[in-house]
Amino acid sequence: MNAPETLLAVDGVSLSFGGVKAITDVSFDIRKGEIRAIIGPNGAGKTSMLNVVNGFYHPQHGRITYKGKTRPRMRPYQAASQGIARTFQNVALFRGMSTLDNIMVGRTLKMHRGLLWQMLRYGPAMREEIEHRRVVEDIIDFLQIEAIRKTPVGKLPYGLQKRVELGRALAMEPELLLLDEPMAGMNIEEKEDMCRYILDLNKHFGTTIALIEHDMGVVMDLSDRVVVLEYGHKIADGTPEVVKADPKVIEAYLGVGH
Amino acid sequence: MAQGSVTRELDTFAKLLCEHARLRPNRPAMRHKDLGIWRTWDWSELAQTIRAYAAGLQQLGLERGATIAVIGANRPAMYWTILAAQWLGAIPVPVYADAVADEMAYVLDHADVAFAAVQDQEQVDKLISVQDRVPKLRTVLYDEPRGLRDYDHSRLHAIHDIIEQGRVRLAADGSAAAAIDTERDRGQASDISIILYTSGTTGRSKGVLLTAGGSIAAARDTVTFDKLTDRDEVLAYLPLAWVGDHYLNYAQSMVAGFCVACPESRETAEADTQEIGPSFYFAPPRVFETLLTRITIRMEDAGALKRGMFNYFIGVARRWGEKILDGEKVPLGARLGYSIGNLLVYAPLKNVLGFSRIRVAYTAGEAIGPDLFSFYRSLGLNLKQLYGQTEAFLYVTAQPDGQIRAGTVGPATPNVEIRIADDGEVLYRSPGQFVGYYKDAERTAETVTPEGYVKTGDAGFFDPDGHLTIIDRAKDVGKLSSGALFAPKYIENKLKFFPNIKEAVAFGQDRDFVTVMLNIDLTAVGNWAERKNIAYGSYQELAQRPEVYEMFTGHVAEVNRALAAEPRMAAAQIKRFLILHKELDADDGEMTRTQKVRRGFIAERYKPLVDALYNGSEASDISTEVTFEDGRKGIISARVRIAEAEVAQVAKLGVAA
Repeated sequence: MNAPETLLAVDGVSLSFGGVKAITDVSFDIRKGEIRAIIGPNGAGKTSMLNVVNGFYHPQHGRITYKGKTRPRMRPYQAASQGIARTFQNVALFRGMSTLDNIMVGRTLKMHRGLLWQMLRYGPAMREEIEHRRVVEDIIDFLQIEAIRKTPVGKLPYGLQKRVELGRALAMEPELLLLDEPMAGMNIEEKEDMCRYILDLNKHFGTTIALIEHDMGVVMDLSDRVVVLEYGHKIADGTPEVVKADPKVIEAYLGVGH
Repeated sequence: MAQGSVTRELDTFAKLLCEHARLRPNRPAMRHKDLGIWRTWDWSELAQTIRAYAAGLQQLGLERGATIAVIGANRPAMYWTILAAQWLGAIPVPVYADAVADEMAYVLDHADVAFAAVQDQEQVDKLISVQDRVPKLRTVLYDEPRGLRDYDHSRLHAIHDIIEQGRVRLAADGSAAAAIDTERDRGQASDISIILYTSGTTGRSKGVLLTAGGSIAAARDTVTFDKLTDRDEVLAYLPLAWVGDHYLNYAQSMVAGFCVACPESRETAEADTQEIGPSFYFAPPRVFETLLTRITIRMEDAGALKRGMFNYFIGVARRWGEKILDGEKVPLGARLGYSIGNLLVYAPLKNVLGFSRIRVAYTAGEAIGPDLFSFYRSLGLNLKQLYGQTEAFLYVTAQPDGQIRAGTVGPATPNVEIRIADDGEVLYRSPGQFVGYYKDAERTAETVTPEGYVKTGDAGFFDPDGHLTIIDRAKDVGKLSSGALFAPKYIENKLKFFPNIKEAVAFGQDRDFVTVMLNIDLTAVGNWAERKNIAYGSYQELAQRPEVYEMFTGHVAEVNRALAAEPRMAAAQIKRFLILHKELDADDGEMTRTQKVRRGFIAERYKPLVDALYNGSEASDISTEVTFEDGRKGIISARVRIAEAEVAQVAKLGVAA
């Protein structure tokens, strides 16, 4: 195996809200083409970490290097335009809009015609719309959600909403996909489907994926490497086998010794 | 337009295909919705594709007489495989795509397939998992490439690539092109054109052998019967391996030259129906029932004005709709009211369902409730019933336009002869009749009489107008101790047509009279109880409420009246009934997985109740073991009341006959 290229590196990041320290001096990296899991007990700072990565939170200390460029802070739209997409722990879709339109929203950054053209739905704007619609239809096909193409997402069951949200993130054709608890609240079958999609994305489209997940079975099966957080500190980092055997991790999860 | 008359001397499907390409090259032959867009192939494109596909398959080694399995949903590539195989004189064997690996392995092995064309990775994986049991299988073709990229492609090919290879070969090599056309012309009427495996309710499935000539002759008869032309269109959503799809969609389309539209996926079939607006439609009664339930629920949620309008005009339709549809004389006022209703209610409703353009619709498979049946007919939908079998290559009887009787399945279709055996079993001879079961001479001999009639296994009788009524499986039809005919399923079906009755089990074999056990439909009866302010704490309590018994007494009395009106059934009226304290459930073995009641098992399990039904007691205690969904077991005990049923006066024989 040749030396894997680092896509994103987090270096000594600390984040606090007033007196509350959410993340303390955490460093890890995400390699190109891997599935990286971030795990930890409730309140360990996992979601905060994702928010730092995609520029929603700005850490007080530390640096983030993405695609070779180091910056102290990144704004969400910069992250998005540079190929970082994400889904949310609590589904954040436009509930009154159809599946199709929700995914189409993910194409926004890639649309170049002005508002006026788009309102006219004419000429170049129409061509552009058709082009983007084709990409969206490919995603709909990939996620097998043809049957709900025109259904308002508010009417969909939770598992499908999660899938639509993944679709919207994919519409950005991301290089790095951040998934915040993609399987939360799903039944076994829905989880299996979601695992399939994540693996397919990673394998066939080469998308790098960082995910937060509580289902340990899923994490251990899917990920190449796992980083473990507890109370904002990194306590372990490595392959699933290494992490599973780490006494500190066991302690954090089973809560002994405190 | 041509109704197949010009195609009379063409005796194989491949020849028909080329004839359509010549006569109507630019008419649509097939559509498929992919990535949200309907893609259309006209007859000329289709014929070229099939020719290329056949050339590709020939190069892979598919030979005349060899079998090729077709496993997948209604996608163009699956139909193309059937056509291309038939072009070469090979025999397609469609297999139910949702069959479990074990069942699939049996069929593939039994049919000696060396080739299989499948839809996607799921089916490829299934084949790989059973490859030890199907040693002859050597080549697998697939339609959807997703997920298959990393598979070993030494014996696995994309259908698309094979078609392209065929195209290249035909273009480059004139002798290969001539050879392909010769191969098509070698086909003749007596060729086996397909093997359809019947899903065996008892024992292993049997491979029904059908000939090209027979299939086409049968399809010609019904195409003429229903006046189908190349302007018609169907949406193919029925399972590929089922005779219904192969006949109604495939064979009829190949004879009449109409367009077959393939839905995007099984889940989108309903929306796709709406977009296509088929003109010929088939659905089992269950589908019509589900649609009606959905309409009813939506109308109950609608505003008062809309609801009032709907109810009023549905009333008008119920009164006059069927008469208008059958072309009877109706008063001008009624006709006017119906037209307004059509404008405001029926047409929009049919549009929502995708039924706007339907000229002919059929239902079959199980008994359809008379109310349900006439609801759709009253809207102006030409819904008819047919009775058929895989062995007949579908039609045995069908209702002609304008001669519809809800309880019957109509007279014999053209060129079909029907006989009723002494024990009531229906026998037929039909143009599409099968030539035998594949590799099973024994069962073929059991099914076909020496005179060439096929035994249906169903019992039935003709009414004075020559319309057939099917009452039950012949082996299930029994006798009361008086010798009178006892057809349990016939009685059960009549009861189950009431929305409040979910299941019914009739007893009476060798007894003095008929009794039934009923299951309430929790949704329907629950709603009714809510409206009537009847409080209940559980299923069991609701089922035993005196008000529910009272309502069910009415239902049973109505069924008795219907039975009394039929001379052969009048003796089998229901004398006593009870409402079960628990729902009959497949998990407890009381029903089959296909939701059929297992009468014998129920009689044993609820013996105290059956005894009570016959010994005149008013109630009985029962405890039964139940299995919960997580596999745990528990005991349910109850005291079940037994009610007397109202028996109707038997119609005077003179009148009925």
